[in-house]
Amino acid sequence: MTITQPAVVLPREYEKISMPPLKMQIDGLDFYYGRKQVLRNVSLPIHERRITALIGPSGCGKSTFLRTLNRMNDVIGDTHVTGSILLDGEDIYGPDIDVVALRRRVGMVFQRPTPFPMSIFDNVAYGPRINGLARGSELAALVEHSLQRAALWDEVKDLLYQPGTSLSGGQQQRLCIARVLAVQPEVVLMDEPCSALDPISTASIEELMMALKENYTIVIVTHNMQQAARVSDETGFFLLGELIEFDQSTKIFTDPRDKRTEDYITGRFG
Amino acid sequence: MTSRTSPSRWWHYKRRFANILMWVVAILATLIAVTPLVLVMYHVTVQALPALNWGFFTQMPKPIGEAGGGMLNAIVGTLILIGLAGLFGLPFGILGGIYLAEFGNNRPANVIRFTADVLASVPSIVVGILVYSLIVAHTKTFSALAGGFALGMMMIPTVTRTTEEIVRMVPVSQREAALSLGASQVTTIFTVVMSAARGGVITGALLAIARVAGETAPLMFTAGTSSFFSVNIKQPIASLPMEIFLRATAPYDVGHAQAWAGAFVLVVLVLILSIAARYATRGRLRIVR
Repeated sequence: MTITQPAVVLPREYEKISMPPLKMQIDGLDFYYGRKQVLRNVSLPIHERRITALIGPSGCGKSTFLRTLNRMNDVIGDTHVTGSILLDGEDIYGPDIDVVALRRRVGMVFQRPTPFPMSIFDNVAYGPRINGLARGSELAALVEHSLQRAALWDEVKDLLYQPGTSLSGGQQQRLCIARVLAVQPEVVLMDEPCSALDPISTASIEELMMALKENYTIVIVTHNMQQAARVSDETGFFLLGELIEFDQSTKIFTDPRDKRTEDYITGRFG
Repeated sequence: MTSRTSPSRWWHYKRRFANILMWVVAILATLIAVTPLVLVMYHVTVQALPALNWGFFTQMPKPIGEAGGGMLNAIVGTLILIGLAGLFGLPFGILGGIYLAEFGNNRPANVIRFTADVLASVPSIVVGILVYSLIVAHTKTFSALAGGFALGMMMIPTVTRTTEEIVRMVPVSQREAALSLGASQVTTIFTVVMSAARGGVITGALLAIARVAGETAPLMFTAGTSSFFSVNIKQPIASLPMEIFLRATAPYDVGHAQAWAGAFVLVVLVLILSIAARYATRGRLRIVR
């Protein structure tokens, strides 16, 4: 594999556009599974209350990158990270970081819905309960609020004590989103949240993301370029572990700077 | 195409023949495997019927050789013994299994796994002798406690390995989902992982109890036996397997009939535990894959 120059492109014009404050700042990130390097010198900003989309062909490292943002890769043994990831200015790989507290602030929605084998209510109440956020009627209110936020309340308000697994795929995914929201995170990471869903469920999740943007910072990995173009404010294109291009989505999808980005979004490969 | 018709037809018959042959062989093999079980159940039931009456469950034993009397003390004794065995065996077995499944990719875990496998195949009488030298030799008396401890020791390896298997089956995605909500690893294990694995773990535990309920050899040197009704765990205690053994080896027909009845009760007890084990997995939410 030939290694080209680190290709982080942050154009000058881009910096000039007035942007919301930075929520996360990734700088010179390298990531290794054992000896295999999966991410090379990735740097990008994540702005508050924006949707940042990460696109790229399978195996390009975009999911791995997403999982470094809440240190989910720590679960896998024999990995290591260099470079820095700042959350509100604090390095999340720093020595004083409480990983459990970090994951409360940076929640995650996975590719396949992962309802726990418990009731719908208990699924949503799980996070608040283990974190001691609420109990009793306060907890019930938080569960209702979270389900409303996830646009699921009307469908499940009479089924709260049915198992979470009894819902349809799209409903399960919204349940998982409600479950994340109940912990009141600041950033929500979404790892291909619609890839297991039908178009109608996908549309409802996308609508939901647009609404959530008001209060949350969202980072989404997607294989679906139309989806990235539809929902995101910024887009990063990954290829072979490198961030090839990062820019406003409108720019990336209409006038990409890099030839490889253009080839990918026009469907010439990937 | 026509030139191919005749060989393919020949093939067709050959395959049909092979199919029927294997079908018959499989059915015969199944019948042969099931026959002993049916014979045992039939024989035990028929032989037990004369001695099976209400008194058998509610009365104390008469002296060996005399008619009448029951096995109340042995039935209660067996229940106490398997209760104690569960008390000793299940916590270690289940926690050990969780450890092996969750943290078990290292050398110490491999040693534990190997030890558990070896312990599972240690003859039960050896476990009896071991507990004799550990407990009975010091307390100077047979006791229900020692008997329960011996049975508990026999449960540990099977419970450990079944728990490990079940806990491993819980998908990584479930653990990651819990971790991403701010759960620590221990919280994840005892909330999400165990709630998904609960049915399987209960099944493993009940099957292990059913297996040790019928053990006789480890009780000979540990629980001993007793002709009295006793719930004192520091004293020797009667148990169904020991009572069956004593009556079946004594030269009296009445005793033999009661031994059969005891065997019947023991078989039914094990059967109930097995059915309960199946019920436990059936009622639970299945593991989501």
